[in-house]
Amino acid sequence: MHMSSNGQAPEKAIIVERLGKQYHIGLKEDRQDSLLKSAGAWLASPVKNFRQLRRLSAVDDEEAEDVIWALRDISFSVDRGEVVGIIGRNGAGKSTLLKILSRITPPAEGRIILNGRVSSLLEVGTGFHPELTGRENVYLNGTILGMRKAEVDRTFDEIVAFAEVEKFIDTPVKRYSSGMRMRLAFAVSAHLQSEILLVDEVLAVGDAAFQEKCLTKMEGVTKVGRTVLLVSHNMQVIQRLCDRALLLQKGRLVAGGAPSAIVGRYLSDALAASTLEPVELGQQVRMNRLSVTQNGEPAGEFLDSEQPLEVHVHYDILEPVRNLLLGFNVVAGDGISLFRTYDMLTYGLGEREPGAYESVFQLPGKLLPAGHYFFEVVVGIHRLRWLSKGDIRLRLNLGGPRETDVDFPGVFSPMGTWTVYQNGNRE
Amino acid sequence: MAQTKSEQIVIEPVRGWQVINWRELRDYRDLFRFLVDRDIKVLYKQTVLGFGWAILRPVLSMIIFTIIFGNLAQVDSDGVPYAIFSYVALVPWLYFSTALTASALSLVNNTEMLTKIYFPRLTFPMTPVFSKLVDFAISFVIIFVLMAWFRIMPTARVLYLPLLVLLMMLSAAGMGLWFAAMSVQYRDVKHAMPFLTQILMYAAPVVWAGSLIAERFGQTGRILFGLYPMVGVIEGFRSALLDTGPMPWDMIAVGTISALVIFVTGLFYFRRMEATFADVA
Repeated sequence: MHMSSNGQAPEKAIIVERLGKQYHIGLKEDRQDSLLKSAGAWLASPVKNFRQLRRLSAVDDEEAEDVIWALRDISFSVDRGEVVGIIGRNGAGKSTLLKILSRITPPAEGRIILNGRVSSLLEVGTGFHPELTGRENVYLNGTILGMRKAEVDRTFDEIVAFAEVEKFIDTPVKRYSSGMRMRLAFAVSAHLQSEILLVDEVLAVGDAAFQEKCLTKMEGVTKVGRTVLLVSHNMQVIQRLCDRALLLQKGRLVAGGAPSAIVGRYLSDALAASTLEPVELGQQVRMNRLSVTQNGEPAGEFLDSEQPLEVHVHYDILEPVRNLLLGFNVVAGDGISLFRTYDMLTYGLGEREPGAYESVFQLPGKLLPAGHYFFEVVVGIHRLRWLSKGDIRLRLNLGGPRETDVDFPGVFSPMGTWTVYQNGNRE
Repeated sequence: MAQTKSEQIVIEPVRGWQVINWRELRDYRDLFRFLVDRDIKVLYKQTVLGFGWAILRPVLSMIIFTIIFGNLAQVDSDGVPYAIFSYVALVPWLYFSTALTASALSLVNNTEMLTKIYFPRLTFPMTPVFSKLVDFAISFVIIFVLMAWFRIMPTARVLYLPLLVLLMMLSAAGMGLWFAAMSVQYRDVKHAMPFLTQILMYAAPVVWAGSLIAERFGQTGRILFGLYPMVGVIEGFRSALLDTGPMPWDMIAVGTISALVIFVTGLFYFRRMEATFADVA
């Protein structure tokens, strides 16, 4: 708790009251079934298009059928100096919430009070221009993020040192490696001087060493009493940085409290395989079903950690697609990410023709200790975009026949082989 | 931590007409400067001719117009050589058309920034109004080279040129605001701009002499034509530099009023539409 100097109740940095936001989604196109009708529709289409485009900016007609509420009835407050994480699946409204807080888009109802200067990092490097030098981009990006020129002057050397690009600061950014560009962009963002910082998933830049540096920097930021609101899919980051977490579900705030409790609740809301409805990911892939087998049998309630098991992904390719990455993040029950694997390891990245597919991953036996795990489906197009980044997940319970009261702590349990000698002789 | 009341921000639903937040614009003036700076620095990067383009474009247009309208069509040029007659008009005209186009498309070309970061949206359409002045200044210098070549002395009315430049900027800004605000929702603007600037060019006395207006439509016609601010600007340039006649104050006055009306209504329309930019972009 941070008490204000006059000894009254803790001062709030952010107060959100009954916030709501609705979007108009374009209505489905009418299909014409004859040439004549099509011609008629084509002639009338400018009028129809005009009406439809006009509606995009309409905010008043709540009854319209193409309105979806991205957020509704959200109320919470954040104390000065508190670090709050927001978690939830894609489409839960996390990003919309940050966009409203950063004034990119106005709310439809409710009210927000922000006490202090706000900076938001919804994406690093926005406004970077490839033809400009590193130095010019630092100034441009800094002022875009709300700094005054004098403030950039003051922190310039620190920014450059943090990004480790001293030698190239007067080189056009287009000659930078993508890693250097990301580092420089993050460095600018990390040196913002505002009292309230809104962060959306930007900590996932660069290599492991730089990510660690970013996290340390973020921890430093939170130590000096700045208020941070953080959106992340990375449960470790949430648990490491946040004092409190909020869980959003379908645009509503469903839980708030200690990060470990909220993260646990979020993870255990995982979809059971049988309840997964087919979902279309982009235009290319439709995810149909996940299933688990062990010893050739559909898996029951518990799986044997000593035996290999197979996780099956059933999906349709709707359009020919190249460079498809499809696989799993394997996450332990407490949120620790164990590894990621893709079916390109055997199938390659070549073109996949439309059709029904099934990718099967075999997890070796005796690898993971008993416990529960999440298999998060990740689908993406290599170097282009993510189609699904872990929102579809499957919970597995691994149990071992080795039921003893001996603890086997650790993330892995490859038992290895032991040989025991007594007085130089093998037992 | 010292916290002044003035740093409190309240976010509420936005409906209807908005006033201009001058204080916020002042807070972001450094950004505005860097954006103008960026526009200028980036424009001719990786070109062979660089800022030579600022000279080449009006000069090439001048040559084409001189051949077609001056020689072939024998268009009247108020008694001065057609080449310089058209060049003096092309300098403000090219500023107007490039600034207007860039301003109109400033939002659709920056949707990435529009949906990721907040800063006063007005900086987008206003940036080209200033950055395009560099090209204008460079091509302006060539006027004096041409005048020396044709042995023409400027009149004392050149002192009024700064006023005309302001009117020229105001016209580009006003129309730019309108089209920029429309363009986010209606991408038709993007396709209409090349066509529109062409119509606007022939509507202004760029290839023809402004004296034609009074000849054909009389004094009322002059005033009505003057509602299009670039008419007064271009005729003013010719009067000041080439002594084609007295300064057309009537058209400049009418043009200033209409430019102001377009600009102020443009500001309000832009502010009204601003709330929806990030959602429909």
